[in-house]
Amino acid sequence: MSLPFLLEIGTEEIPDWMIPGALESLHLLFEKAEIPHETVRLDATPRRLVLRAEGLVERQADTEERILGPAKSAPAQALAGFARKQGVRPEDLTIESTPKGEYYSFLKKVEGRPIKDILATALPAMILQIYFPKTMYWTGKGGPRFIRPIRWIVALLGEEIVPFELAGVRSGALTAGHRRLGSPEIAVTIDDYERRLRHHYVILSAAERRYKIAGEMAGIRVKPDDALFETLIYITEYPTAITGSFDPEFLELPEEVLVTVMRHHQKYFSVEDASGKLVPQFVAVMNIDADPEGFVRRGNERVLRARFNDARFFWETDQKKALAARVEDLGHVTFQAKLGSYLEKARRMMTLAQELGGDTHAVRAAELAKCDLTTELVKEFTELQGVVGGLYARVQGEPGPVWQAIYDHYKPESMEDSIPRNRTGQIVALADKLDTLRGCFRVGMIPTGSRDPFALRRAAQGVVKILVEGRIEIPLLSLIGGDEPLKSFFEERVKFYFKDIRGFKYDEINAAMAATVGWSNLVDLEARLARIQSLRASPDFEPLAASFKRIRNILEQAQFSGEGAIEAGLIEPGPEQDLYDEYRRIAGQPIEHAISRLRPKVDLFFDKVLVNTPDARVRQNRLTLLNTLLREFSTIADFSEIVTTS
Amino acid sequence: MQTFQEIVFKLKLYWASRGCIIQEPYDVEVGAGTMCPETFLRVLGPQAYRVAYVQPSRRQADGRYGDNPNRLFKHMQLQVILKPSPDDVIEQYLGSLEAIGIDLRQHDLKFEEDNWEAPTLGAWGVGWQVMLDGLEVTQFTYFQQCGGMDVDPVPAELTYGLERLTAFLQVRDSVYDIEWTKGFSFRDVHYLEELQYSVYNFEMADIPTLWKLFELHEGEAIRLLQGYDPKAPDKKRFPLLPAYDQVLKCSNLFNTLDSRAAISVTERVGVIQRVRKVAVGVAQAWADQQAPAEVAR
Repeated sequence: MSLPFLLEIGTEEIPDWMIPGALESLHLLFEKAEIPHETVRLDATPRRLVLRAEGLVERQADTEERILGPAKSAPAQALAGFARKQGVRPEDLTIESTPKGEYYSFLKKVEGRPIKDILATALPAMILQIYFPKTMYWTGKGGPRFIRPIRWIVALLGEEIVPFELAGVRSGALTAGHRRLGSPEIAVTIDDYERRLRHHYVILSAAERRYKIAGEMAGIRVKPDDALFETLIYITEYPTAITGSFDPEFLELPEEVLVTVMRHHQKYFSVEDASGKLVPQFVAVMNIDADPEGFVRRGNERVLRARFNDARFFWETDQKKALAARVEDLGHVTFQAKLGSYLEKARRMMTLAQELGGDTHAVRAAELAKCDLTTELVKEFTELQGVVGGLYARVQGEPGPVWQAIYDHYKPESMEDSIPRNRTGQIVALADKLDTLRGCFRVGMIPTGSRDPFALRRAAQGVVKILVEGRIEIPLLSLIGGDEPLKSFFEERVKFYFKDIRGFKYDEINAAMAATVGWSNLVDLEARLARIQSLRASPDFEPLAASFKRIRNILEQAQFSGEGAIEAGLIEPGPEQDLYDEYRRIAGQPIEHAISRLRPKVDLFFDKVLVNTPDARVRQNRLTLLNTLLREFSTIADFSEIVTTS
Repeated sequence: MQTFQEIVFKLKLYWASRGCIIQEPYDVEVGAGTMCPETFLRVLGPQAYRVAYVQPSRRQADGRYGDNPNRLFKHMQLQVILKPSPDDVIEQYLGSLEAIGIDLRQHDLKFEEDNWEAPTLGAWGVGWQVMLDGLEVTQFTYFQQCGGMDVDPVPAELTYGLERLTAFLQVRDSVYDIEWTKGFSFRDVHYLEELQYSVYNFEMADIPTLWKLFELHEGEAIRLLQGYDPKAPDKKRFPLLPAYDQVLKCSNLFNTLDSRAAISVTERVGVIQRVRKVAVGVAQAWADQQAPAEVAR
């Protein structure tokens, strides 16, 4: 008989951003538990993690196990003892031949256990193994740890309760509705579970909650914000969108500030007009069904007004002291204990901006870039650092390239983020990140494993992205001052960028980076990777790559370190001569032209010619030929790094 | 309309009816209700405890000369400690909101993750900020560590921001317009305090004097801590509570120095460490002193 299964872990409010990961973890744990089933479905709200499965069996299949007893030669008592232990008569035993000899044996039938028992045993540990980034204890020290206290558990297999106890909570068939609109105790069956919840104002499906919010916002032009949407779905059990408004006079404040207040501090969607300009409205998502009296709307409007008033107060206070007048104040702001103040950092950034080819605008922007750290607005809204500086610089009459560079200089903040919009901004962003990286590495603050308190990976990733996408052909390695750990740190970041962000294959990246020209010029590296990628489609590519690998092995085995030129006179007519002639014809041409002509000659050479001939001079000459060939075609990539399928 | 003091009365009555001791504010300056001995020391050790009290809390850097409608140098917290935390702690909390006339079916209530940490106290916990129609009205924390020690049992701490809550209920845009009681506004009661302390904290507090005071109080705390002997048969009479007052003095002086911009960022870490050291020292000595005899042995 096929049975459905329901597990609901009822908790206090789980942080929204942890919920999708927790469901994934629960799913994996359930699949690992070896409980045969047909389908699984996972759902969650802030107060419950739910796993539903179909097609479980009532009990495991029976199995048979052969148990070996005493040897055939054993005395009768041993035989009787074994039989007694197994609960059978001695005459029921059979003789089994094994490589070690003949033994008495018994085919034991193991009855499959009821799945309910298996679940009852497995579920407590499974629940506690669900991964959360941070856990707590609540029943006392040494007690179970979970993201928040577990308050109820529904565990049903078919119509029966799977009985167990966890953290003082007994599993049962009682769930809880919405905190204020539903009942605290609702008896459910697997069949009516979702419907009963719905009746008690809990929409179990995240997709449905999303759909409800989206439907209620239809016709309102909200600024798209996927992350906020996701948060709102997992912070509500019964979401309802409402629209509020604010005094248009606040639109005098920069849009960035208004949006940040609404988004980060109040979890509201901003609303814009057809041209993308902000309008004095917002959309809030409640965790309740309706706001007939307008209490919620007015409450939110008042909170927003207070927040905007604060922001305006800071904006106006900050204007009293220009950014340029704040440079010296940076001397009081520590960048890092071992690396001095932001004033020192700003000076280093100015020098670096110059070294990177920046003009006077870049140097000016580098000087002012960090000044907003002393403003009230940034102290209040740290996520607006850079942006606020840029806005103040604009108001205070700094030229376009300067204020834009300040505005953008923390970019890219993630791999999805864009790089600074103009060259000045790119230079300043590079100067900022490189200074942080060089400084931290110099004083030994090098990221290890998951520990990266200064976000150096992100900084290095940003450098790579700006150099490549800004098409800045400054050799990266010339910027890191021979710091070996920093060099290999960057090597990893370059690989990550081209592989995970740009989708090149890892062996293509290894090949391109091992080319004789190296990998320091990232614009060139990108171009070479694109060439390798298209070369790979050629049928001659992998065989030739395999041959190059062979050449490298031969050279390594021979410990070849030859400098000398090829002596034409020592070349044997036939495949060797053919290969040499072909090499001379195609040398200097792009490999795209050479590949199809080179491959048959190389193949034939390896087929017919013995490199390791007894004649030392001929051998040396052949090694020189191979080495020359390898070097000639390793300018775009070291093809021996390519992983070939054949 | 309920006045400020009526709201306070109702909350106190509510928690009193749930078995809490209603304490009066602590008489040494603190930055938060958590720092009062009624929380900081009582959450340690195995003894059950339930207490609620209003605590005026000083945040020197938040002072705005009485000009800002939402920011105060000194604000009033209602602090509730339930140790151990009951299973229905959230329901009890929601009941307290209903007790002050909030119809929860008409308002939007959300629990947003907000973990609390106080490095100077070696304390942290996990919990939420409770949002009522978009306004943070309560901080809800399950203590996990205090004074660098795991707490056992786990207490729940509820901290209500009383001015905000009242402004919400009275529909006022400025906390200064709150009606404290008939005929008296929050402004009447607190404006001068806000103004004068802002002037003192930002402009006139004498930095060398503050440092001197800091060192005196720190020295006294250290002197006492050094005298505590866990093996002494009469250790229960040892004055750890007075030692803790010295810690609170240090903490408050640190905040004043900070608002006076007298502590550079580099020094800051070091000063926080100094306060933490004496705070954790008192907490650990206290846990030892108060441990039941059989545990201490």
